Amino acid sequence: MESILFLIFAAFALGCGLMTVANPFSRSPVASALFLVLTMVWLAGLFVLLHAYFIAAVQILVYAGAVMVLFLFVIMLLDLREEELRTWNRFGVAAGVFSVVALLGVTALTILRSVPAAGAAPQLEGSTHALGAMLFRQYLLPFEGVSIVLLVAMIGVILLSKRESK
Amino acid sequence: MDWQFLAFSLVKIIAAFAVVMTMVAYSVLVERKVSAFIQDRLGPNRTQPFFAKYIPGLGPLLTRWGVFQPIADGLKAFLKEDFTPAHVRKVYFWLAPAIAMVPSLLTVAVIPFGSMMGAQKMVIADLDVGILYTFGIVSLGVYGIVLAGYAANSKYPFLGGIRSTAQMISYEISMGLSVIPIFLLVGSLNLGDVVQHQTGGWFAWHIFRQPLGFFIFLIAAFAETNRLPFDLPEADQELVGGYHTEYSSIKFALFFMAEYAAMIAVSGMMVTLFFGGWTLPFLGLDQPAATLGMGLLHILVFLGKVCCFLLLIIWVRWMLPRFRYDQLMDLGWRRFIPLALLNIVVTAGVLALLASK
Repeated sequence: MESILFLIFAAFALGCGLMTVANPFSRSPVASALFLVLTMVWLAGLFVLLHAYFIAAVQILVYAGAVMVLFLFVIMLLDLREEELRTWNRFGVAAGVFSVVALLGVTALTILRSVPAAGAAPQLEGSTHALGAMLFRQYLLPFEGVSIVLLVAMIGVILLSKRESK
Repeated sequence: MDWQFLAFSLVKIIAAFAVVMTMVAYSVLVERKVSAFIQDRLGPNRTQPFFAKYIPGLGPLLTRWGVFQPIADGLKAFLKEDFTPAHVRKVYFWLAPAIAMVPSLLTVAVIPFGSMMGAQKMVIADLDVGILYTFGIVSLGVYGIVLAGYAANSKYPFLGGIRSTAQMISYEISMGLSVIPIFLLVGSLNLGDVVQHQTGGWFAWHIFRQPLGFFIFLIAAFAETNRLPFDLPEADQELVGGYHTEYSSIKFALFFMAEYAAMIAVSGMMVTLFFGGWTLPFLGLDQPAATLGMGLLHILVFLGKVCCFLLLIIWVRWMLPRFRYDQLMDLGWRRFIPLALLNIVVTAGVLALLASK
């Protein structure tokens, strides 16, 4: 049962991901954004299969519900015609290939290094106590690091929008 | 996967769906009757099927109360011409009403609408992350409206869609922050545990422990369901009808029903989080039911509380004027979010003090 569901969810996640970047029917950015939302939803399904309900819910709440809504918001306010006509640009392709290869490399390294079935998976289901304890004890430094990155991004946005208004 | 679980879940889903849809139909009637009462009119009092006048006494009475009106409204919505303007983006135009409707129905899945019936818990999905699930689904609700605005491909719906995106994102934050103190108190995200925590006397209800949280949640609920005083996405006088200007027939009815289903869902959330869910603090009604009758009574208590909130939401619509858009944003970002954060810090501080004693 679970492996069948995994196959379904994974296939749909990959399919929607593909439609996000290479949609044969339309080049509208809105369609891409919506397929990205669907990808997020299928990914949440994969998290549920891993019994990580909290992460699944947060995935929907943060990515599908908030981040992608803002994406759509910005896409709609931009000039869509211009976006649809845009052709390949060398720098964009290079940056895309580089980031995909880098991400694949990091993921592959992690998978290769991990020892299969080394102890039970961390218990993320049930109450959020376990998750909180892990975040604030074991992984406190990376957690705080991420929050500093977010803070920097926030300050950057405020700075940019302030400069714009002058 | 055991079949009993599947069968009972299916029964609960169908029953909850039927009850919600009936409540949607009749809350439209209540809306019209309440508005009529407030504006010193009579409201719908003519619709009657041919047999009604042969029922002595009761028939004319039901007609005067407009009991048959929702049936006629529903029939009309189905039978009217479904007109698709030429300039719309077809795929999104078809998708949007469905996407608007589904999230409001999905929210109902985690709300415990009763205690026990036999050995069955009266909640469709007893999730440990219940509240996060709800907020996740509620945050998806905005897509229906955004897509409707985009699909219509004309300026007023588009403005309505853009307004609603900004409004719903803003108020989601204060809504989410306002319930965190509840979960600090309860120590669990499961809505069943939240109800259990509110048993034992009136003052166990979270409304008395977190009045500020409730206040913020209530106002954010008005904004999230696009009801007056925050109905800017569909403000008739400025945007014609906002995001659903180009829609007709059953597609329009779906937006309309989605609004009422969202009202029911949000009322259910308020009842569960702040007003003790299916419990009442007397006659032993705050313990899980042992008999079928008690189980049924709990469901009725829950529905009664939900109806009170629906009435409140409807009443407010006909009493208050609409906010201006900058006032709406100012209220959301500069008043409610700081207040909600303060509420979290104070609650956490008090709990830490109590724990250290």
